Amino acid sequence: MKRRMKHLLGYAAIAALAACGTAQAQTTVKIGVLSDMSSLYSDIGGPGSVAAAKLAIADFTVQNKDIKVELISADHQNKADVGSSVANQWYDVDKVDMIIDTPNSGVALAVSQIAATKNKIFIVSGAAASDLTGPKCNANTIHWTYDTWMLANGTGSALVKTGGDSWFFLTSDYAFGHALERDTMAAVEKAGGKVLGKVRHPINSNDFSSFLLQAQASKAKVIGLANAGGDTINSIKQGAEFGIVKGGQKFAGLLVFASDVNALGLATAQGLTLTETWYWDANDANRAFTKRWQVERPGKFPTMVQAGVYSGVLHYLKAVAELKSGADGKAVVAKMKATPTDDPLFGKGEIRADGRKIHDAYLFEVKAPSESKYPGDFYKLRATIPAAEAFRPLKEGGCPLVSG
Amino acid sequence: MFELLNISPQALFGQLLIGLINGSFYALLSLGLAVIFGMLNIINFSHGAQYMMGAFAAFLLLELTGLNYWAALIIAPIIVGATGVIIERLFLQWLYKLDHLYGLLLTFGLALIIEGLFRNYFGSAGLPYRVPDELTGGHNLGFMFLPNYRAWVIVASLTVCFATWFVIERTRLGAYLRAATENPTLVRAFGINVPRMITLTYGFGVALAAFAGVMAAPIYNVSPQMGSELIIVVFAVVVIGGMGSIMGAIVTGFGLGIVEGLTKYFFPEASNTVIFVIMALVLLVRPAGLFGRAR
Repeated sequence: MKRRMKHLLGYAAIAALAACGTAQAQTTVKIGVLSDMSSLYSDIGGPGSVAAAKLAIADFTVQNKDIKVELISADHQNKADVGSSVANQWYDVDKVDMIIDTPNSGVALAVSQIAATKNKIFIVSGAAASDLTGPKCNANTIHWTYDTWMLANGTGSALVKTGGDSWFFLTSDYAFGHALERDTMAAVEKAGGKVLGKVRHPINSNDFSSFLLQAQASKAKVIGLANAGGDTINSIKQGAEFGIVKGGQKFAGLLVFASDVNALGLATAQGLTLTETWYWDANDANRAFTKRWQVERPGKFPTMVQAGVYSGVLHYLKAVAELKSGADGKAVVAKMKATPTDDPLFGKGEIRADGRKIHDAYLFEVKAPSESKYPGDFYKLRATIPAAEAFRPLKEGGCPLVSG
Repeated sequence: MFELLNISPQALFGQLLIGLINGSFYALLSLGLAVIFGMLNIINFSHGAQYMMGAFAAFLLLELTGLNYWAALIIAPIIVGATGVIIERLFLQWLYKLDHLYGLLLTFGLALIIEGLFRNYFGSAGLPYRVPDELTGGHNLGFMFLPNYRAWVIVASLTVCFATWFVIERTRLGAYLRAATENPTLVRAFGINVPRMITLTYGFGVALAAFAGVMAAPIYNVSPQMGSELIIVVFAVVVIGGMGSIMGAIVTGFGLGIVEGLTKYFFPEASNTVIFVIMALVLLVRPAGLFGRAR
């Protein structure tokens, strides 16, 4: 009996050692896509972001077998309290290491603080407020795809240079709208323009006729739309009804996505000037990605936010693979900042000390219906803004992480 | 907010007119709700989803069959009204004797399902639908530019609202309907097919919602969320007007549209809460609503 026990114990010990051996070789991380899955931003991020994340994980683990990645997703419903409770639950209970996407700056600002407190990671692809790398920056947050400063200086200055020197703002009344309005006002005034007035509307408004009337009465040459998603679509659609463009005023779509142009139709959206950092039809690599992405999202086209999710997940996994652990948020983010980025979608870039990822930005103009040759053929390229100029200079942000 | 300091009467009239136009959507939708609640005692929470179905029906009629806006104004309400009849026969007829809450829960669940299905199939960004050619353009009234389409909206909804009120309050059919609500057994004893009347009434209320949806399609974004954004406000309108009062729903709809329009001018940030503030005040003073009768 005793000898048998000894043998059994021996076998058990060997088995345990063997199991330990394989566990040490594998790093496990869990990624959560927190997005608007059901409301006005769900075509900008939403299920498409989850599809992009899946592609990034597949592409990475094909060559790196010693890393195991789990993916979950949730809907923040554009409410900061819902987003916060999901983030807390994920970080504390569900062992999520990194949260990505989060369109809606209000939610993103809240989750950014939570990630810092719990030393986890937050990669913002969907939200825009430049405060995320400004006064509200922290060592656990990376702002990936775009921000309000880039939009303001891309679209804003371009329009002022072509004669749009008086502006009236139609602003979404929450963090994102305020940030975009503030940054664009600064860009317009720097380029020599004047701001004649502004009006703030609740997010997810149906009817803009009242605000458009005020914009018309101001006689500003440009009506800046500091809103996004369904709000922008409604503003432009109703603006066409009220003869805004016919009356000589121009719309500045400060944040317009391909999905919005699709919803408006080219006949209404033609001529709109906008700034984005990624377009599905720009080159072969983007088109190849789009084809793979469309397997899960037929009939739709990926937005820059979703491309940013792919790019962000890929770079995160690279950093985790090198560190062999995803547990220390600050360490992984530091590694991500120390490593230059390179992926098929955004090319070469880098992440600055304030958490801002840098890459080129592009000024596009929406094509007229006659110029569009196939579904999804929305944009013509007007200008490329090199990475060094596209984003707010490092020293001007007011981020506490930046010395000097 | 520079205008706050020098309020121009011209701008104000413009905002009042806009408010009237928005009020016509509120009036149409709250009329449907009031008819359904008044006659059937069901709180129809799927009204917003049915409004959305009307807009999508108009879009699909154009896409798939080439039928234009004018045909859609008639056909879409009939199609969506037919789905309403099916819902009533399958689900609602079992709930009339129960507490209002069951009807609310059922229709709320239906709304979520319908919205989810549409969003799954069409996405949430929305679909394009243009203003019909006959109604494009507008007139410069001096104090504002009034698009022809918006003028049509006021005219059409006033006509439909008045016609509905007339049928219910002044015709024999309406009298049967009102009697059937108060005492269905007695009315059945007279040989009137009450269940069929109730089914058709629900279908009619749903058709009104779909009609509002078709009218909204050219100017509001045709997206699966369009109904859920509007339905909460419409409920507040119905509560203020008095649940079940037809005239109350119409008058309150237009009135609150004007109030909201003025708020958008003077204090835009509050424009989507002002109706609820009024609702709270009205409920404190007159719990049955402005025109309602205590049940």
